[in-house]
Amino acid sequence: MNEKILTIENLTVSFDGFKALNNLNFSLDTGELRVIIGPNGAGKTTFLDIITGKTKPTEGKVFFKGRNLRPYSEHQIAQMGVGRKFQTPRVYLNLTPRENLELACNRNKGVFSTLFVKTPPAERRTVSGLLETIGLPHKADMKANLLSHGEKQWLEIGMLVAQAPDLLLVDEPVAGLTDEETERTGELLLSLAESHSVIVIEHDMEFVRQIAQGQVTVLHQGSVLCEGNFDDVQSDPRVIEVYLGQEIDHDEDASLENIGGLLEPVNAEMN
Amino acid sequence: MTVQAAGGRQGVDWLRRRSLLMEVGIVALVALFLMFIVPLLLSGFRLNLMGRFLALAIAALGIDLIWGFTGLLSLGHGVFFALGGYALAMHMKLQIPATASSQLPEFMDLYGVTELPWFWRPFDSFPFAAIALMLIPGLMAGLLGYLVFRSRIRGVYFSILTQAMTIIFFNFFNGQQKLINGTNGLTGFKTILGATVSDAGTQRSIYLATILLLVAAYAVCRWLTSGRFGRLLMALRDDESRARFTGYNPTGFKVLVFAVSGALAGLAGAMFTLQSGIISPKAMDIAFSIEMVIWVAVGGRATLVGAVLGALVVNFGKSLLSEKFPDFWLFFLGGLFLGVVMFLPDGIVGLIRTQGVEWFRNLTGRSKQLSTYPSLEEDPEAQYERKNIDDRKSDG
Repeated sequence: MNEKILTIENLTVSFDGFKALNNLNFSLDTGELRVIIGPNGAGKTTFLDIITGKTKPTEGKVFFKGRNLRPYSEHQIAQMGVGRKFQTPRVYLNLTPRENLELACNRNKGVFSTLFVKTPPAERRTVSGLLETIGLPHKADMKANLLSHGEKQWLEIGMLVAQAPDLLLVDEPVAGLTDEETERTGELLLSLAESHSVIVIEHDMEFVRQIAQGQVTVLHQGSVLCEGNFDDVQSDPRVIEVYLGQEIDHDEDASLENIGGLLEPVNAEMN
Repeated sequence: MTVQAAGGRQGVDWLRRRSLLMEVGIVALVALFLMFIVPLLLSGFRLNLMGRFLALAIAALGIDLIWGFTGLLSLGHGVFFALGGYALAMHMKLQIPATASSQLPEFMDLYGVTELPWFWRPFDSFPFAAIALMLIPGLMAGLLGYLVFRSRIRGVYFSILTQAMTIIFFNFFNGQQKLINGTNGLTGFKTILGATVSDAGTQRSIYLATILLLVAAYAVCRWLTSGRFGRLLMALRDDESRARFTGYNPTGFKVLVFAVSGALAGLAGAMFTLQSGIISPKAMDIAFSIEMVIWVAVGGRATLVGAVLGALVVNFGKSLLSEKFPDFWLFFLGGLFLGVVMFLPDGIVGLIRTQGVEWFRNLTGRSKQLSTYPSLEEDPEAQYERKNIDDRKSDG
């Protein structure tokens, strides 16, 4: 299982001269779970926009399962097997969780098959199973706008899985969740990582520590600053510098753990 | 209590089937009432109005489909309405008795046209006209929709484009004196399918046909808006890019719905023309297209019953007010619309569904209906959030 599911070569994205991503190189093994961190404005969301086809690269190439993604639009890339969860939960509020999941689960997403073909029993079973997994079977048939924030986050993760993608892109899944919900979300993501390739973008260092088994990538000013396991990255002086914006005395016990605390008010504002 | 026990799939299915049967029953009852009881209650003049307004209700269903369910505010449905009206009117204008001195519609003689223009010829056949009156507006809407939706034009820009379309069509039809009698439009219809149009019996049959077509249109809209397809339409309305990232290409769905909506407007135009006896470029007036949207807003967006009800209520209100207060009935009408927008964001049907149900339950001494479960219903935070989400929804 050492094939690359995602390879990004010399990627540059500029908006009117501002380089949101600058000569970025990145690759992800099939079945890997990768956490991406970085200060605000590091280009994390643009990075996901590029992979999902929302934004096209100015220069450079993105390969998913060996195919260059440039000519494809969002829905085609999604059908190839890239699923994306947004920062703020985006579920269809006027539909029930079951209907949300059934829409995502639909195998053939053409106009006429959606109109004429009834939801097959296999998909119904998948949806029921997923409702159990995300803990919403008792709320399956009420409108999603009545769900709590945490439940919406979970429903959106459920929709992502229902889509049966090979690569999951998860943008700040625990923003605004309680500690307990955060931990359960971490467990859910870890269990998903057993059968999918996953990229998680996150600010919450405690959560990153929980889920980062392998490599962590740090983005800064549109490029990869460093890559390594969580402890190495956490103690890397360059990482500490970009997070605090200045050189600090290395004798002090400065690590990302403290920085994580510093960042929290910023996160709270963003949500 | 609407709380479903875990694994309530079968229960939900059963409830859906029961409510579907009830709906079929109610629709059938209302249709029979309109067909056989209403003609006994109304005078000939009012019955003719009723027939026209029922035709307009078909257009309202189309507007509801594209605006209420899919979230695309079309301000150009008057064009599709007129295209349908013209298609049938052209057929009727060609029903010239063989003994007549000229085998051309009379306005052509007047403007010195000596040969029937090529595009008039196929309309001589009734089956062709009957298909064309829906197919032409449908294809027109589909083509426009494809060009617009493919370029991801949405929201206000879509509405502006549809308005521009009405102006283009209005000016074109207005200017073609020789081809389609320009600003005077087509009128003076004699026969349809061999029957005299102005005959009371024929008008009665047209009235019945309008009701049957309205029921058919309702059934088509109901079919489109229920099930996965309908839920996807609502998903596109609420968050289109989310649907893209789930793997749906919105273009095809929106083109299909817009085309169906245009075809329904065409059908409405044809039935209206039959009963009003005239179709002119005035039907492509921007004001008329906006009025269609108002019917749906008054009745209740995203409820098919609301669209039908809104078309009838607004149009009857309009005709009664204009009789009673010929000088300032327009102010009443304006006031009605302001009132609906400000106090009834979900229209008449929305009001009945929320307040009406509660009022009825209070009256019969039953407890308040819960949409969730008790603890959440009483949670102030949940109530606050729901209110906020509702506020945001009304912005869209």
